[in-house]
Amino acid sequence: MDFSVLLTDIPTLLAVVLGVPLVLAAYIVGGEYLVRRLPDKNRPQLRPWLWVGPAIFLVAAILLIPAVFTVIQSFQDNVGTFVGLQNYSTQLADFPSGGAWIAIRNNIVIWLIFYTLFVLAFGLILAVLFDRVQYETMVKSLIFMPMAISSVALGVIWKFMFWYQPAGSPQTGTMNAIVTVLHHDPVAWLQDQWPNGLAVLNNLALIGAATWGITGFSMVILSAALKGIPGELLEAARVDGAGELTVFRRVIFPLMMPTIVVVGTTLVIFALKAFDVVYVMTNGNYSTDVLAFRMYNLLYVSRDPAGASAVAIILLVAVIPVLIFNLRQFRAVEARR
Amino acid sequence: MRETSVKVWSSVGLAVALVAVACGTQTNNSGKIGGTVHVLAVWSGSEQASFQAVLKPFEEQTGIKVLYEATRDQDAILTTRVEAGNAPELASAPSPSLLARFVREGKVVALDQILDMNKLRSDYDKSWIDLGTINGKLYEIFSWTALKGLVWYDPKVWNAKGYKVPKTWDDLIALQNKMKQDGTTPWCIGLESGSASGWPGKDWIEEIVLTQAGPTVYDAWWQGKQKWSSPEIKQAWQTWGQILGPNDSNVFGGKNNILATNFGDAGTPMFANPPKCLMHYQASFITDFFVKAVPTLKAGEDFTFFPIPDVNSQNAGAHVVAGDTFSVFKETPQSRALIAYLATAKAQAIWVKRGGKLSANKEMNLSDYPDDISKSLADALVKTKVAKFDAGDLMPGAMGTNFWKAALAFVSNQNELDSILANLDKIQQTAYTS
Repeated sequence: MDFSVLLTDIPTLLAVVLGVPLVLAAYIVGGEYLVRRLPDKNRPQLRPWLWVGPAIFLVAAILLIPAVFTVIQSFQDNVGTFVGLQNYSTQLADFPSGGAWIAIRNNIVIWLIFYTLFVLAFGLILAVLFDRVQYETMVKSLIFMPMAISSVALGVIWKFMFWYQPAGSPQTGTMNAIVTVLHHDPVAWLQDQWPNGLAVLNNLALIGAATWGITGFSMVILSAALKGIPGELLEAARVDGAGELTVFRRVIFPLMMPTIVVVGTTLVIFALKAFDVVYVMTNGNYSTDVLAFRMYNLLYVSRDPAGASAVAIILLVAVIPVLIFNLRQFRAVEARR
Repeated sequence: MRETSVKVWSSVGLAVALVAVACGTQTNNSGKIGGTVHVLAVWSGSEQASFQAVLKPFEEQTGIKVLYEATRDQDAILTTRVEAGNAPELASAPSPSLLARFVREGKVVALDQILDMNKLRSDYDKSWIDLGTINGKLYEIFSWTALKGLVWYDPKVWNAKGYKVPKTWDDLIALQNKMKQDGTTPWCIGLESGSASGWPGKDWIEEIVLTQAGPTVYDAWWQGKQKWSSPEIKQAWQTWGQILGPNDSNVFGGKNNILATNFGDAGTPMFANPPKCLMHYQASFITDFFVKAVPTLKAGEDFTFFPIPDVNSQNAGAHVVAGDTFSVFKETPQSRALIAYLATAKAQAIWVKRGGKLSANKEMNLSDYPDDISKSLADALVKTKVAKFDAGDLMPGAMGTNFWKAALAFVSNQNELDSILANLDKIQQTAYTS
């Protein structure tokens, strides 16, 4: 990597390297100086705001204000005239295959249900099973490893896994190599809109790839929750004559429920945000479009920022209930500690 | 004490200033310009290696380091970069419609002041300069060109089977039927191309529209004045459907293979033993991919081409051409030097010699073409009577990408043609206004 480019603009470099820490330090020292001058009883009220101020400023500047502008833009056309709900009606036109409907269906039905379910199920099974093996840390690290792969690389890897060659040719894709060993014709995992153009198969193939990447995350958190269950409880259940399955169903599972819900809702949000795997593996073709990718295409390919804003707001509306639920659950779990 | 620190700081400041000056200009005694220039283009893999070879003498001569970035998602990446105020100094081949928009927004540098226009006018045919001119100013140059609408085949196999190069469209259809009767699949087609998937299908439709309905319909079509559901355009899709056969049965591997195969790999089964297909339709650049996939292949002996017959003989000699263009997004001494270099026959010859590219530059020696194939390609390029630019590239971004997607949808299920065209009509209504 050639860093000489950094030296082409010395004033900016100096401003960033020296200026930013300087401003922050001045803010803290100056703010604290002012707070100290206040009467004793007012200090505790003001000090938290002083410290949280920069964060609030950044959230407002980078997240809140742009979000408000996006809402406004979604009610305007591309030159800024108010058009009411027209952008939304374009996106929601021609059910079930027009507008954004395929993306909505993929996101809100297929991705949301199967992605969340797969990741939770695999995470839970792996956490419970690995709890009983000798080399737990090692196998857990192995499962966790895909988390370290960028999702673009992950998409490329899985594209090769799903590689398709027509029947009779040597299959270089792992999945089709397996399928042909089982005397079945090779399957075009990413292109085949099985069944009947409903495109469940290829969407599941994408979800499978995404699941592989994130299972380690849910496994680690669920495993931590599992370790938090007191041994005496399990012991007591077993003494009372409960089999291992009953222990899991009646003791372990209910006790892990709050954690499962928190992980689950986080995964739901991930599912709604799905983008990279789709972008790399199918580019939204063959009925695998998702909302985030549609938004990207509208913005940068169709150059239709108004339409893109409408899609963004649809996505936001879908995420908000989950977000609220997630925060509540998170607080409930915290409170129980 | 105080005095010392002032001295220390001022000398530090002086040093920083000197470094800044040194880095800013960096003119050294040898007359080299130095510095860096960013280039964004679509070539990766072997094509990237060829482009790097083109850049090498430039870097050695000028001392300028070219930082090359490759993407197949050219329009989106370039739009993002331009809008973020972080455009590369040079970029190749944004679609003409996107370039026109950048021109309107004042984001592209006019080349009239940068390049020696008299030299350019003597080097290039007027039509190439006109293609790069918007509102009377030149905004892009054509470094390389490709001839589209070519059918590639293995002459050894054809001779053995007694197949003749078809002269008319009917001959072509008769030939593909004969191939099927002989038990071989006629065509190899691959539409996969990352975020540009589907474009080879678009090439088929364009060539058919141009030679079936003629240049007037072709122009009205890309300008958005001809509906997709109009008889002329619909007929072009149906004609392509005739090539693909019912349920894509005329193509090796059927629809799944068409969709899953990368355009660069698509022609390779033609050289298997026994061949899996007998014809591959692609622009002139594909020879590069043939040779990379099967290094023993000899151009002329193992593969050669014929221009696809005109569907309607009235439109004989019409061809779709494409080009690798360059535009300047930021004017610096480095970008000025590079664009001037890329306009020269000397630079273009480097890639021409490596194979896969043609040059429209009149200074180019026919002897620079590495083999008979590229010589006859260059010849065909010159002889083309009606040269039309790639319609999909001329359409606005949303129209163009949905055209590619429509090609994918059509291959997936040919029976849905009407709804595919209705959808394209709907996009046509809005794409041209935004």
